[in-house]
Amino acid sequence: MYAFEIERPSTIADAVNALKGEDAQALGGGQTLIPTLKQRLAMPSKLVSLTDIGEMKGVCLGDGGEVCIGGATTHATVSKEAAAHYPALADLASHIGDPAVRNRGTIGGSLANNDPSACYPAAALGSGARIITNSREIAADDYFEGMFTTALDEGEVITEVRFPVPEKANYQKFLQPASRFALVGVFVAKYADGVRVAVTGASEEGVFRWTEAEEALSGNFDGGAVDGLSVSADGMISDLHGTSDYRAHLVKVMTKRAVAASS
Amino acid sequence: MPKDSGIGASTKRREDLRFLTGAGNYTDDINIHGQAHVHFLRADVAHATINGIDLADAEKMPGVLRIFTGADFEPVGGLPCGWQVTDKHGEPMQEPKHPIIAHGKIRHVGEIVAAVVAESLAQARDAAEVIGLNLTELPAVVDMKTAVADGTTKVHDDLTSNLCYDWGFVEENKDAVDEAIKNAAHVTTLELVNNRLVANPMEPRVAVGEYSRSDDMHTLHTTSQNPHVIRLLMGAFVLGIPEHKLRVVAPDVGGGFGTKIFHYAEEAFCTFAAKAVNRPVKWTSTRSEAFMSDAHGRDHVTKIELAMDADNNFTAIRTETYANMGAYLSTFAPSVPTWLHGTLMAGNYKTPLIYVNVKAVFTNTVPVDAYRGAGRPEATFQLERVIDMAARERGVDPIALRRQNFVTEFPYATPVAVEYDTGDYEATMAKLEEIADMGGFAARRAESEKNGKLRGLGVNCYIEACGIAPSNLVGQLGARAGLYDAATVRVNATGSISVMVGAHSHGQGHETSFPQVISEMIGIPEDQIDIVHGDTSKIPFGMGTYGSRSLAVCGSAMVRAAEKVINKAKKIAAHLLEASDADIELKDGQFSVAGTDKSVAWGDVTLAAYVPHNYPLEDIEPGLEETAFYDPANFTYPAGAYACEVEVDPDTGKVTIERFSAADDFGNIINPMIVSGQVHGGIAQGIGQALLENCAYDENGQLLSASYMDYTMPRADDLPFYSVDHSCQTPCTHNPLGVKGCGEAGAIGSPPSVVNAVIDALQSGGKNVAHIDMPLTPSRVWNAMNNA
Ligand SMILES: Cc1cc2nc3c(=O)[nH]c(=O)nc-3n(C[C@H](O)[C@H](O)[C@H](O)COP(=O)(O)OP(=O)(O)OC[C@H]3O[C@@H](n4cnc5c(N)ncnc54)[C@H](O)[C@@H]3O)c2cc1C
Repeated sequence: MYAFEIERPSTIADAVNALKGEDAQALGGGQTLIPTLKQRLAMPSKLVSLTDIGEMKGVCLGDGGEVCIGGATTHATVSKEAAAHYPALADLASHIGDPAVRNRGTIGGSLANNDPSACYPAAALGSGARIITNSREIAADDYFEGMFTTALDEGEVITEVRFPVPEKANYQKFLQPASRFALVGVFVAKYADGVRVAVTGASEEGVFRWTEAEEALSGNFDGGAVDGLSVSADGMISDLHGTSDYRAHLVKVMTKRAVAASS
Repeated sequence: MPKDSGIGASTKRREDLRFLTGAGNYTDDINIHGQAHVHFLRADVAHATINGIDLADAEKMPGVLRIFTGADFEPVGGLPCGWQVTDKHGEPMQEPKHPIIAHGKIRHVGEIVAAVVAESLAQARDAAEVIGLNLTELPAVVDMKTAVADGTTKVHDDLTSNLCYDWGFVEENKDAVDEAIKNAAHVTTLELVNNRLVANPMEPRVAVGEYSRSDDMHTLHTTSQNPHVIRLLMGAFVLGIPEHKLRVVAPDVGGGFGTKIFHYAEEAFCTFAAKAVNRPVKWTSTRSEAFMSDAHGRDHVTKIELAMDADNNFTAIRTETYANMGAYLSTFAPSVPTWLHGTLMAGNYKTPLIYVNVKAVFTNTVPVDAYRGAGRPEATFQLERVIDMAARERGVDPIALRRQNFVTEFPYATPVAVEYDTGDYEATMAKLEEIADMGGFAARRAESEKNGKLRGLGVNCYIEACGIAPSNLVGQLGARAGLYDAATVRVNATGSISVMVGAHSHGQGHETSFPQVISEMIGIPEDQIDIVHGDTSKIPFGMGTYGSRSLAVCGSAMVRAAEKVINKAKKIAAHLLEASDADIELKDGQFSVAGTDKSVAWGDVTLAAYVPHNYPLEDIEPGLEETAFYDPANFTYPAGAYACEVEVDPDTGKVTIERFSAADDFGNIINPMIVSGQVHGGIAQGIGQALLENCAYDENGQLLSASYMDYTMPRADDLPFYSVDHSCQTPCTHNPLGVKGCGEAGAIGSPPSVVNAVIDALQSGGKNVAHIDMPLTPSRVWNAMNNA
C-alpha cells in the first residue's frame, strides 16, 4: 500500500466535492479496492469513504414499486432488507463471498467495479435497473461497457440503484471453484412486458443479455423454451477453470435452472 | 473400555489451548529490539540474463540500510541439495548451483533478484520499486518433454542439458520386465499427469536473523519442520558458521506439509544480513510470495503399464515418469521421484517384476520437492488407477482383482528393494467394505439416478514407507545426511519430566501424544511430562518431522532414553529399598521389590537422584537425565484401503463427494483422536489434489494460479464427513512402540479412489471415459464426457 489521505464525508455533496481532488478515489466496502492497494496496483492520493453517508444506505420501496438500494448498502443488508420485496435479489446478495465480504462490500462498489464475474451486474442488467448517480440516471442497458468498464465518469458516485420488481426471478450462480465468484451466473427475471436474461462470468465483454433466450422465454416461460438455442463459445472466457465451450454450455444450463427456480 | 490416559487414550490436545485462543508464539510474533525488515525484489519473468542492476536511486531512498544482490553472496555457498541420485548409467545427477540471490541469470518467476533491508517494510518496498533491472529475456522452459528435447534452451548453461538424471530401477530387471510385458496375456496402459500442488500451510514462511557481536553468535528464528537440519545445511554449506555459533529456533509453526523441511534462501539471507547490517533482520512471506517461492509438490507426467496373465495375476509393471525439479534442486527434491516413489511401486501386490524409469527435468519454474506423501502419492495414484482400468478392461470386479494379487505373507521382499515387515491387506479391505457400506451402494446409485445424477464408487489400496529412515541404507541411496533421531528425557527432582525431542510439532500434536508414551512407561500423570522441541539450543539433536517419522523414529529414541532413565531409577530404588536391582519393578509410578510389599514412589526416587544423601554415589552418578539416538532398522509400512462415493451432475460435470471411508493399518496407536485428525487432514489434501488444486504455468513460465482467486484450496463444504477406522493393527516389528506413522496416509491414499469413483460414475452413465487428469474440475469432467 502507498500512503494516502482518507476523508469520511457524511453527505453525497461533500463526497462529490472531495472526489474532485486529483487522484481521489471513492472507497466503498473496500473488498476490491483494499486488496488492490495492498498489492500496490493503484496509487490514489486520497480515498473518500462512502460508508458514513446515511443517505446512501438502506433499502426502500420507491413510488413506482421499485426496490431502491442506496449505493453504500452492504450485501448483508440487501440480503436481509430486500428479501420481502425482491427475493431473488436478496438471495443473490446472500451468496456473494463470505460473511466478512458481505458485511463490508457494497452494491455501488460492485457495480462501479464491474468485475466480469461479479453477481450484481447480472441482477442490474437482468432487472433493467436504473443506476442513479450524483449527477444523472443511467439505464443498466447503457451502463455496462465491458469488463471493468462502465459509463461512470471520473468522480461520479453511484448513490442509488432502482430495481423494478419482476413477477418472478432467480439467479443461478455456478461457482468458480477457487474464487467462488461466478464461473457463469445467470439472472432471469420475468416482467409483464417480457423476460430478461443477463449472464455474468462467461463473456470476455463482461455481463451481457442473452436476447434469444429472452425472446424464447417471453413466449413461453419454461426451461424447455431454450432447448433449441445454442450459445456460441466465441468471445467466451477460457481459463484454468473452464473452457469457452464449457462456459457457453453452462449459460444454457444455468438459464434453464434459473427459469425452473424462479419464484 | 477406552483408556483415559497413556497409550491408547484420546487425550485432548494440550497445544490447542494456545493455538485456538491466539496465544501461540509463531515466528512472525517474534520482534526483536532494533529489528530491520527485508523486502525481496522477485523476478517477474521466468528466464532472463541479468545485464545489470542499478541501485543508485534505491540506495538513496529513506530508511534503506543496505541493498544486497547476487554479487554479495559470491563469497558464501549456494543452497545445498541433501540427496544425490545416481542415474541408470551409474553417473551422479547433474547438480546446478543454487544461489541465495540470482546471479547473472533469473531462472523462475519469484526468484530473488535483490534484497532491500530498511528500517520499515514499507520503506524497503518503496526502495525496491526504484531498483533498475537491465534484463534480456530468454525463452522459458516449462513443458518437461520439450525441456529434454534436443536444442531446447538450457535452464543452466553449465549443465549439459535440462535432464537432472535418468534413473532406472531396478536397472538389472529391465530386460525381464520388457520380456514379461511382451508375453503378457493382457497389458493395461495409462498415461497421466500428477498435478503440481502448492502446500499452502496456513502460516506463511517467516525468518528473523539475529547476530550478537559480543559472542559471535548467530540466531535464526524460522518456520521450519527441522531446525537442526537447517542449522546443518545453512551453517556448514552456505554461511560457514560452526554449530556452536549458530542457533536455529522454530517456535510454533502453523503447518508444514513438507514445504517447511527445506532450507530456503530467505533463511540464509536473514542470517547473513543480520551480521552484515548488525541489526536483526526480519522477513514475513506474503501469500503471493509463498505461491512463487515455497517449494511446490508432485508434478509428474507418467506412463504406466500393467501386465497380467490370462488369470489376471499381475506379472509385471513398467513405468516411465518425467518429474519436474523446477529451476533448482530443493533440499530433498531428487529423492522424491526416485527412492520415495520407485520403491513403492509394488503397492500391496505381489507383482514379481517391476521397472521404474524416472527422468528428472529442470524447468523455469519454482523448485519442486516433498509435499505430504512425497513420491508415495504419485506411486499409489498411478498404480491404483491402472489397476482400476485393468479391472474394467478385463470385466472383473476391481476389489476382487486387488484381492487376488495382494501380498499375503510377511515379511515380503518386493522387487523394488524394500521389505514389508508386517501387514494384512485383506483385513483393511474387509474393514473398508464394512464401513463404506458397499452393500448399500446399488440402492444409493438408484436414488442418485432418480435425481438425474450419476453415482460412482471408487476404491484403492495404498502402502507407504514411513519412519524415514535407516541411515546406512539411505546413505547408499544418496542421502547426504543420517536419518536417525534423538531425545533427552530430563527428570526433575520432584519427578516431573521434560523431554527434549528432535521431532518438531507443527500440527501433529506431539506435545500431547509423546507424554502419553512416557506416562504409560512410568505410570505418572501425563501432565507431569512436557515436550520441548524446536530449538537447537535446547534439544540434543534431531532430524525433524516429515515422512510420518516423528513417533516411529523420534518416539523410539524417546522410549530408549526413558528406558535408560528407568533402569537408573531402578538402581536408586534398589538402594533405597535395600534390594537387588533385578528385583525392582516399576508400576503406576511405584517401584516395588518383587514378591514383597516394599515400595518407594517415583518422586522419592527422583528426589534422591538430585538430593543424594542416601545414594549409591560410588556406583552411579546423581541426577536423572538420559539421551538416546535411534536409527531405525527398516522403514515402517502403513497400509490401508480407501473408498470414495461421488455424485456427478451430468449437466455441469460437477463432482460432489457423498461418502469417504478409510480403513488404515498404522500398527499400534498412541492417541486415536489425533490419528483420526491426521487422516482427516490428509484426506482433505488428497481430495484437494483430486478435485480442486492445480498449480499451473503458462508457456512463458508465468504462474497462472498465483493466489486463492485461482488456486482452489479444499474448503469444509467441499468435503463429506469421513468414516475412518484404524482398528486393523499389525504392529511394526522393529521399533519399540510397534508404530508405523499416520501423517501422510490420507494424502497418499485418497486421490485414486476419488478419480476411480468419478470414472465409475461416468461409465455408469454410458460415457466411455477411461481417465481424466486431476484436478477433476467441472470443466474437465464435462469436456471429457462430451468428447467421449
Ligand atoms: C473473498 C471475496 C469474495 C468475493 N466474492 C464475490 C462474489 O461471489 N460475487 C461478487 O459479485 N463479488 C464478490 N466479491 C467482490 C465484492 O462483492 C466487493 O464488495 C465488490 O466487488 C466491491 O464492492 P466494495 O463496496 O467493496 O467496493 P470497493 O472495493 O470499496 O471499491 C471498488 C471500486 O468501486 C469504486 N466505488 C466504490 N463505491 C462506489 C460508489 N458508490 N460509486 C462509484 N464508485 C464506487 C471504488 O472507487 C473502486 O474503484 C468478493 C470479494 C472478496 C474479497
